[in-house]
Amino acid sequence: MRILVQEQPFDYGAEASDFAAGRHDMGAIVTFTGVVRDVDGGLNAMEIEHYPGMTEKALEKIASEAMERWSLGDALVIHRHGRLEKGEQIMMVATAARHRKDAFEAAEFLMDYLKSRAPFWKKEHTGESAGWVAARDADETALDRW
Amino acid sequence: MQVLYFAWVRERIGLAKETLDTQAGTVMELVDELRAREDRYAAAFEDLAALRVAVDQDLVDFDAALNGAREVAFFPPMTGG
Repeated sequence: MRILVQEQPFDYGAEASDFAAGRHDMGAIVTFTGVVRDVDGGLNAMEIEHYPGMTEKALEKIASEAMERWSLGDALVIHRHGRLEKGEQIMMVATAARHRKDAFEAAEFLMDYLKSRAPFWKKEHTGESAGWVAARDADETALDRW
Repeated sequence: MQVLYFAWVRERIGLAKETLDTQAGTVMELVDELRAREDRYAAAFEDLAALRVAVDQDLVDFDAALNGAREVAFFPPMTGG
């Protein structure tokens, strides 16, 4: 299990290759990456604030739960903070399991939980203004299925 | 006790962190103490449904006890991912 909280960009391809390397016992690797998308009015930048210390702790707790629940061989979470431009990769998760169903489900669980249980906050900078992204009710209800 | 504020809570109060000497026994008592201090605190803590709280880096409810807590953080619902 590997958790990285960092300001600098990461290489999605290299991380995915490293994660998959040497896993002869795992038949399924799922990776997901989240990208800064443009918004109406044009996004200049996305700023991500986090709570150092609690962030790592929360991500470790979420990833440990996924490891146990789906008997994963391994899990990876990378999440960036600071100022990001549109098109940049914000975060990625990867899961390795014997079969694809477990790998897909665990990756979705990780995404659902880190969206509303890991202390990150997004602020969008558009043309002349900046505003904090509001949490969506759908993100909270997404947790109910787990 | 260290009290931390994040995102718009930090902006509204105008502080990221402060050290408080408090006798508050629960998060709610601490909130009431902060609300009584100044308008900017009262404004930030106006709607608790829009806030989340962590005690020693674990998410808790507002009625949680503070016994011996070193760090309390207030922030809006999280928007990671």
